[in-house]
Amino acid sequence: MTNAPTYLPEYIMFGLIASSMVVAAVRVVTTKNVVHAALWLVLVLGGVAGLFILLASEFTAITQVLVYIGAIVVLFLFGIMLTRAPLGKSADLDNNVAQRIVGALVGLSLLGVMVYGLVNRWSDQKIELVGSSTRQLGQTTEQISDSIFSTYLVPFEVVSVLLLAALIGAIVLARRD
Amino acid sequence: MLINAYLLLAAVLFCIGVYGVLARRNGVLVLMSIELILNSVNINLVAFGAWWGAQQPCGAAQGCAATIGPVFALFVITVAAAEVGVGLALVLMLYRNFKSIDIDQVDSMKG
Repeated sequence: MTNAPTYLPEYIMFGLIASSMVVAAVRVVTTKNVVHAALWLVLVLGGVAGLFILLASEFTAITQVLVYIGAIVVLFLFGIMLTRAPLGKSADLDNNVAQRIVGALVGLSLLGVMVYGLVNRWSDQKIELVGSSTRQLGQTTEQISDSIFSTYLVPFEVVSVLLLAALIGAIVLARRD
Repeated sequence: MLINAYLLLAAVLFCIGVYGVLARRNGVLVLMSIELILNSVNINLVAFGAWWGAQQPCGAAQGCAATIGPVFALFVITVAAAEVGVGLALVLMLYRNFKSIDIDQVDSMKG
């Protein structure tokens, strides 16, 4: 029993991160304050980065923090500022009650279908990371960069061109003329 | 750790995001809900990558199939960044033309 891997720390961290993420995500879609929604979104994105660390995928976690929390949330805050949203509570962020009920029904039925499918198919599969190195799992930065620049080179170039196109498109849309 | 723990968490986040897209009226908040959806997909991708790596450990040789999970998640992050850039530019245009980012008021094409 002394050599059996223990999963307890993983369970505790996952429980903490997952519960705070769900609470923060619910706050993102229900809060009455636009700036608070952006800040709750930071908590969700940081939780996703924590899950990536738990899954031994450190490069993705760092990228998540840099791109999402560092760039996208700042972009959101700029968008909130430039559209002169009221900084306090505002009453007109949500649709009317009927549309919200329809939204909740769609979300819940989708959740039911997905939970049924996932439990049906994947409930006997485990991720057993304890005991295997990051290299064996194929998650080191070296392996990821190797495969980006060899196997997935063409998709990588396509994504670069897409970013350039989005950059130019955003400038064209947002400039005053 | 059951893989379903990650998959069910991602499903919950996805559905919260779908609710946000349908229930919010403010353009910026709709974009935030789309970010929730994209992030839940990323959790799935990385979880399956780790699952694959745990099933078939990579040797010293190059070209490990399990890297597809994080690589694809990186692509999704890139596309999400592009989407937010263009989306916020559109929201700014909405604000400039309609003096409001209420997406219910953008009904010029309604018959």
